[in-house]
Order: sequence, then C-alpha cells, then structure tokens
Amino acid sequence: MIADRVYQTTLVVFALCVPILLLLIFAEVGRAGWPALRQFGFGFLTSSTWDPVKGQFGAAPAIVGTILTSIIALLLATPLALGGAIFLSEFSPTWLRQPLSFFIDLLAAVPSVVFGLWGVFFLVPLLRTTIMPLLRDTLHLGATPFFSGPAYGPSVLAAGLILAIMVLPYIAAVSREVLMAVPRSQREAALALGATRWEAITGAVIPYARTGIFGGVILGLGRALGETMAVTMVIGNRHELSASLLAPGYTMASLIANEFAEATTDAHLSALMAVGFVLFVITLIVNAIARWLVWRVGGEVRA
Amino acid sequence: MTEALLLPPEAAGPGASFAMRTEGLSAYFGETRAVHDVTLDFPANEVTAIIGPSGCGKSTFLRCLNRMHETLPLTRVEGRVLFHGQDIYADGVDPISLRRHVGMVFQRPTPFPTMSIRDNVAAGLRVQPGPKPSRARVDEIVERALREAALWDEVKDRLNSSATGISGGQQQRVCIARALATSPHVLLLDEPTASLDPISTQKVEELVYELRKTMTVIIVTHNMQQAARVSDRTAFMLSGDMVEVAPTGVMFTAPSDPRTEAYITGRFG
Amino acid sequence: MSAIASAHGAYARPRARGLARRHGVSILMVTLTCLAAALAVVPLVAILGYLLKQGAGALSIGFFTHMPRPVGEEGGGMANAILGTLMLIGIASAVGLPVGIGAGLYLAEQRGTKLANAVRFLADVLNGLPSIVMGIFAWQFLVRPFGHFSALAGGAAIGAMMIPLVTRTTEEMVRTVPQSLREAALALGYPRWRTSLQIVLRTALGGIVTGVLVAVARVAGETAPLLFTALGNQFWSTKLTQPIAALPLQIFTYAISPYDDWHAQAWAGALVLIALVLVISVIARFVTRGGHAGGHD
Repeated sequence: MIADRVYQTTLVVFALCVPILLLLIFAEVGRAGWPALRQFGFGFLTSSTWDPVKGQFGAAPAIVGTILTSIIALLLATPLALGGAIFLSEFSPTWLRQPLSFFIDLLAAVPSVVFGLWGVFFLVPLLRTTIMPLLRDTLHLGATPFFSGPAYGPSVLAAGLILAIMVLPYIAAVSREVLMAVPRSQREAALALGATRWEAITGAVIPYARTGIFGGVILGLGRALGETMAVTMVIGNRHELSASLLAPGYTMASLIANEFAEATTDAHLSALMAVGFVLFVITLIVNAIARWLVWRVGGEVRA
Repeated sequence: MTEALLLPPEAAGPGASFAMRTEGLSAYFGETRAVHDVTLDFPANEVTAIIGPSGCGKSTFLRCLNRMHETLPLTRVEGRVLFHGQDIYADGVDPISLRRHVGMVFQRPTPFPTMSIRDNVAAGLRVQPGPKPSRARVDEIVERALREAALWDEVKDRLNSSATGISGGQQQRVCIARALATSPHVLLLDEPTASLDPISTQKVEELVYELRKTMTVIIVTHNMQQAARVSDRTAFMLSGDMVEVAPTGVMFTAPSDPRTEAYITGRFG
Repeated sequence: MSAIASAHGAYARPRARGLARRHGVSILMVTLTCLAAALAVVPLVAILGYLLKQGAGALSIGFFTHMPRPVGEEGGGMANAILGTLMLIGIASAVGLPVGIGAGLYLAEQRGTKLANAVRFLADVLNGLPSIVMGIFAWQFLVRPFGHFSALAGGAAIGAMMIPLVTRTTEEMVRTVPQSLREAALALGYPRWRTSLQIVLRTALGGIVTGVLVAVARVAGETAPLLFTALGNQFWSTKLTQPIAALPLQIFTYAISPYDDWHAQAWAGALVLIALVLVISVIARFVTRGGHAGGHD
C-alpha cells in the first residue's frame, strides 16, 4: 500500500536524523578545528601557553581543569548519591520513597545558569570568607600544594563543588533504579544465610547492581565534563596549571563560552573549535561507555 | 492491488454455498509448521466450531482466514483459502480489504482505550471504502450493532464514556459490536469467552447462536460444551492436522476417529 | 554437664558480641544513608530558598511587562527575554518534535533491527552532548554561512537537544501499548499506517506529551547553545532571522555584570525561569502518575 510505504519511509528519514546529526557535528566542528590541530599537533593538548595575540594555543590547562573539576565532583557526589539511593531502595518507608526521589530528581531540572548565579553570589563568597580559610589555615591543609596560595573564591574547588551538586541527581537516579531492579530473591537469600540488612546490601545487592551503579557514575562524569554555564561563572577563567584547588582555572567548556564571542582571528577561532572537538570526542567516549554499562544491567536511564 | 472482494455471496462462482473454504492450507512460524495441509468447508449461515487441545494450531488456522497470521514476523502460508469463490492469497489481493469483510474477535477484550464506547463500535466504519456516513447514520449503525451484541440496554446512557470503564464481559461485547458494525460476511471468534465470567459467557453464546441468521460464524474454542451448545458443525484439530469434521450432534456422540473420541471423552486435553 | 555448659558459654559469648557489632554497623549505615538522602535534598532547598529571598524583591508586574532599562534607571524588566524564551521553545519544538516522535515510533516498531539498535544507542550518546558543543556547531552551521545571528539558529540548536529525550520517551510509551490493540485494529481493516498513527500513537499520547514537557523544561533553561546563535537582544524583537533575547541569556549577562541593579534583575529572572521549569516538570510528573492513557490489558 502506498500510504504504508510513505509512512515507513518518513519514519526512517526521521530516525536517520539522529546519526546524521551526530556525524554533522563531528564533521563541522572537526573541520573548523582542524587548522589549529594540524598546526600545533599533539602539543595542542600538552602545552599550557594560550596567547591569542601571538597565535600560540595550548589547551592543557583547560583539559586538566576539566578532568580535575569532574573528579572532585564525582568524589563528592558519589557517596552522597549512592548513600541516598541505598536509603531510598532499601530502608526508606514506602510513603517517603516517591516524594524524596522526586525532590532529588528535581535538582536535575534546575538550569545551569541558576546554579551559576547561586554560585557567584552565595557559594564563592562563602568559600572566600569561610571555607577556604578553614581548609587552608585552620586545618592546616595549606601546607600541602593542594590548598596553598591565595584564595579569592573563584576556583577549581568552587567549580568542583557546584558540579557535584549538579551531577548528584543523575548518579542517584540511575543507582536507585538499578538497586530497585535487583530481584528480591537476592536480598532474601543473603538474609536467610544470617546476614544483617547492611551485610545483605553490601554482600548481595550492590555487587549485583555494581555495573549499573558504575554506569551511573560514568554518566555523571559525562555530565560534569560538558557542563558550561555554572562552571564558567565560578571557576575564575584563568589559563593556569596550578596544583592548588583554591586557585582559579579553566575547563574546556568554560574556555569556549568565555572566549568565543571575542575571538577575532581565524587562528583563535580554530583553536576554540579544536577545544570543542576534543571535548566532543571525550564526552562521546565517556557517554558511550556509560550507556553500555547501564544497558548491560538492563536499567533504563531516565535522567 | 485490486479491491477484489466486494462480490455479494450470491454472485460468487463455484462453491458459492460455502462462505469460506480452505484447500491444503499450511501455516508456518519460521521453519515450524503449525497447520498441516487442512482442507475444510465453512457452509454459509452456519456456526462452525473448531476444537482441540492447546497448541494444536486452531488459533493459527483461524488467523489465516483473514490473513492476520502474516502480520507476525517470519510467517508463511501455503495453500488456498477461498472467500466466496476467490482465493484470498492470490496475487494482487489486498489483505486490508479482506479484513473489512471478515470480522474478528479476540480472546481478550481489546477496546481502544482512548475512545468512547460509541467511537469504539464505529471504529471499523472509519476505514470502510466509499463516502463517509453521516453522523446520524453512524449512530444508527452503532445502535444496531450494540443491540445485536445484546449490550444496547446496558450502555445506551453512556455511549460517550470511555470504553475501559465497563466490565470485562461488557468490553468483550463492545468488541463484538465493533466487529458487527461493518456487517461482515464472516465472523471469526478466537476463544471469545476465555476471559469472561459465566454470565457474560452465556450472553455471548446466545449471541453467536443468533448471528447465523445474518452471517457465517467460525468459532475456536477449547470448551467442548460451548462448541456443543452453539455450533452446527464441529472440526477437531490435533497437532496441526484437521482430524475430523462432522455435524455437532454426530461429533459429540459418535465420532469416527479414535483420536477425536479420546479428546472428547477427556482422556487428554 | 558443667563442662559442656561452660564450653557452650565460651562459644556463645564471642558470637553474641560479634552479632551485636554487626547489627550496630547495620544500624549505623541506615542512619548514614538516611543522612545522605537528606543531604541530597539540601542543595535544592538552599538554592530555591536563596533564590526566593533575592529574587522576590525585584519581582513585580513590571518585570513581566517592561523592557530592560539602562543601569541606574528604575523599573526595568525582562519582557523581551520572556517572549524570546517562549519563541525559542516554539522553534525548538517545531524542529525537535517531528524528528523525536518519528524516530521514537521507528524505534518502537522496528525493535531489534540493526538500524534501530544503532539509532537508539546514538540517541543516548547525543543526549550526553555538551550543550556548548551544540552551540558552536550551530554557530558553524547556521550562523557563519549566513553572516548573522538569529532566533532560528538558536531555536534549532535547542531543538536538536530535545530530540534524544523525545525519542526515548516516545519509544517507551509506544512500547507500552499492547500488541493486541494493534491486532484488533488490523483485524478491523485498518492499514498499518493508520493503526500506528490513529490507534497506537493516540493511545500512547499521554505519556508522549509528558516526555515532551520534560524535554521542554530541560531545554528552556539552556544557555550555552544560545550564546552564539540567538545571541540575545536588548530590544523587543519577534524576527526569526534576527538575534533574540532569552531568559537564561539575560540572566547570565546581568549576573556577570558589575551593576547591583542588574544583579537584582538577574535574581528575578532566575526565579521566573526556575518557576517555569519546575511548574512544567511537576505537571509532567503528575500527568504520568495520574494514569497512563496507554493501554491497560
């Protein structure tokens, strides 16, 4: 039937838009960034000189900053998210489950720029006046290179903190779903062997859901890597490789956001596009891994 | 694609007293043959019941009669099925137009959940060829179909309410009304009372008995008593083969094949 | 007897002590995880609370009806940004919905085929694309060749971000429609395309609408894709081929400015934005919980 044929073809066309779009993005951003990548080669990733005037572009600070802030975010968010997910799936009374999950998930709906706004006017001043002095001086962590140096507020630490809040709901949602998908029989088998509730969880439930939880964490990583607005508002936007978390820094996303509008030379533009391309490839790989991990356990990613 | 099946029963060719007839019909799921070479007549204006144990292929056979079997993946049909003398599996025959002349009711009630009772019953009218009937005409047809399904009195005051808000037995009768609204020549019923309570079952059986006056009915059932109550002829299938077909009275009192007798007397099932 | 009894006691006591400790650990962990769950809600409360405190002051009817005013002047508003956001959502939906629903239908109906599996995987990958990358792509593809920023480019950029979300929920919702419904329609003589559109899609529509609302809520707050496409506009504009203002963009611009007036406006804008996003999210969730329009069997 002709109408059937038309319908089928239309659907295929729409479905193909997805891979075509991805390919287009890869091609266009790659094409625009190619001059810079070709000119600087591998040094693009390792050099820390970023001088638009002289035409020297090395993205190392941005790349390191991206990785650093993401790691901080995961370190802070994962225990909290996992703990909350365990509570929701194992210990929470039924009446509490829906509302509490709802509130945690709602955090994912808050726009990035709102996080940034809160970060600029609340978190950064708080860091500057209270938390950073606490860490550096009162707890004497300033003796280590990680908490040394001047603490103006905008910093890698600030970015890491905000990112932690932003990825928390994603890790929590995926963990909660995979934990609740663990068959009841697993818990019961452990309990029947004489385990306490907690031992049943660590011994039977979490190992069963391990892959999915890990996938959720990697998903959170993917989000953290690409986050732009909130980070750009609190990280200080400085091309600097510093060991101190209290120092300002850069991420790939915030670098592009900050400098793209001002890029006047072709070389500068190409360099920024190249940074975008690198970011694209990294998040592509991380998200593919996350997807594969979660898919293996059969949990659906809702976030 | 020809709209090849608008012949009224009287005008059909040889075999016109049979509403449907299969010749050497075999049906496959992939490489597995579920129906083996079945040749069977369905006389017009009679109720024919097909009985047999679970998995004997009776539902598959039934679904070949309105070309529903092929809607599943990896399926294949061999042989001929004559509907008023024309082979429905011939090249160029449009299965969709066939289905507009052959109605089907399934085992579980399947009203369309987003439609009212009225719209459910009228759903088949929307895809009939020809000019769209007026709203008044549609209402007439809906009333006629619901009366035929013995449901009119129960739902006439809530035709516009959702079809999912009524009981299972009523939903099934809505589905029957939906099939009847298009005035099919043949009605196929696949275990229509399997999920119904006894009272609804009785109502449906009475309905089937009455329908023979206006159409040919083929009913698949695993309930032998039901077959005995409503049908004129009964066919017994076993493992894909059509073992025996006979007038219902004869089938249940003096079956010829020992396998039939074994099934009827309950030695297996 | 006493020897046996004392031996029994020797076994019993260490085990009892160990068991008490294990129970203690268990209870401790319950408390800790409960604490974690509570802490996870704290940021939301903190942010919303702070937002309310800062923003309520600057919020007035004038905020919704007035245009931005230069620094120092009283009574500025974000009327153009609110309109801009609504227009951008419209353009995004025009781009994202057909593709998303079409792709979702395809995935549901052609489950298991190689192409469907590939598309599903890639849709999830697209979902994780950083919004800034989408932004620079949209600039490269839709702004650079034409020489000017436009609302269309911005709308298309965030429309593209809607696609994976809409695709996934459409597929899931269509899959919940039982096969028996499809068969009932086919048996009535419905052609396949009408079965899919008039019966199956219609049955799944409630859930699909929810998915669309969730996608709209997510996309309404996006800033990065708009930075280099819609650009922002201090004036009232409804032209699709010109830059256009948007709430998130305006908030960002005001937030990083050095003026207190504008900071206050940024808070008010953030309040409106988050109210918009949260209201849509909550409606979406209650539509789902209120019962699927999808087929029950």
